[in-house]
Amino acid sequence: MKFIKFLILGTVFGIVMAKSEAFSWFRIQEMFRFQAFHMYGIIGTAVILGAIGVALIKKFKLRDISGNPINFYPKEKSIMRYLIGGTIFGLGWALSGACPGPMVVNIGYGYIAMIVVFLFAIIGTYLYGFIKDKLPH
Amino acid sequence: MLEFIQQPWTWWVSGALIAGIMFSLLFFGQSFGFSSNLRTICSAAGGGKLLKFFDFNWRSQLWNLVFLVGAILGGFIAHQFLSNGQPVQISENTINDLAQLGIGAPTSAQPDELFSLESMLSLKGFAILALGGLMVGFGSRYAGGCTSGHAISGLSDLQVPSLIAVIGFFAGGLLMTYVLLPLIL
Repeated sequence: MKFIKFLILGTVFGIVMAKSEAFSWFRIQEMFRFQAFHMYGIIGTAVILGAIGVALIKKFKLRDISGNPINFYPKEKSIMRYLIGGTIFGLGWALSGACPGPMVVNIGYGYIAMIVVFLFAIIGTYLYGFIKDKLPH
Repeated sequence: MLEFIQQPWTWWVSGALIAGIMFSLLFFGQSFGFSSNLRTICSAAGGGKLLKFFDFNWRSQLWNLVFLVGAILGGFIAHQFLSNGQPVQISENTINDLAQLGIGAPTSAQPDELFSLESMLSLKGFAILALGGLMVGFGSRYAGGCTSGHAISGLSDLQVPSLIAVIGFFAGGLLMTYVLLPLIL
C-alpha cells in the first residue's frame, strides 16, 4: 500500500504528458524548430514554479511526510559529462521524439513501436555502464 | 466537463501539474528523475553481477518503477477515456518543414512514417527506433539525468551542471533536427 501514492503520481504524470501532447514526436520537432511556444511554456512554467517552491522549501527548512528534512544534493561538478552526455541524449530525443518518461506513456497509449525505443534505451544505459570508465567525465 | 478535459491541455496547466508532481515526490521523500529507472532495470535484470555500476540495492528504487507503471497506465487512460481523437495541433511551419522530410501532417499523436507497425518491422524503421532509444539511454546516464532530473528538478534547484546538460540536450537536438534528420529520413 505504501506504493499506491507513487502509482497515482505516475498515472497523473502519464495523463499530463499525453494531454499536453509533450509525448508527441511532432511537438518535439516543433520545439527544436522554435515554431511554437507550447513546449517552452510547459517546461518554463514547471521550472519557474519549481524554483520558487525549492527556494521556499530551503528557506523554511520544510520536512517531508516522515518528518525528515527535504535535502537537495549539489550534482558533481563537471562540464564534459553533462555536455557530451547531454548532446548524445539530445540527438536521441530529437530522433525518437521521446525522453524516457514519455516513451512508456506512448506504450500505454498504444504505440507498440515505442517498446523498441524503450528496450534500446535500457540497452544504451547498459552500454554506458559497460564503457563508462573509458569515457571523459 | 469531460469534453473540456478531452481537449489538449494548455501549457501552463501542464507545466503547473509537472511542478506539482515534483513537489509531491519531494514530500514523499523521493525526487523526480525518470531515467534512473533504466539503470534500476539493468540492475534488477542481474547487471550487477557483471558491472559494478549496476551493483546496488535496486529494491530501494522500487517506488520509481511503480511510478513508471503509473505512467504507462496514465497513457492508457488518456487514450481510452480522455481523448477526443483530434490530431496533435502543431504549427503550419512545422507541418511544412516536416513535409519536406517526407513526414505527413499529423493524423494522430505520432507520425505513421516512424511509429506504425509496418515501419517498426522494416529494417530502416527499426534502426531509427533502436538508434533513438540507444542514444537517449546512453546519453541520459552519461549526463546523470534526463529531462525530469536535469531540466525540471535540476534547473528548479538552480544547479549549473543541469544547465550544462540542458544546453547539451539542445545542442544534440538541433544537430539531429537540422543536420542529421534530413540525411536519415
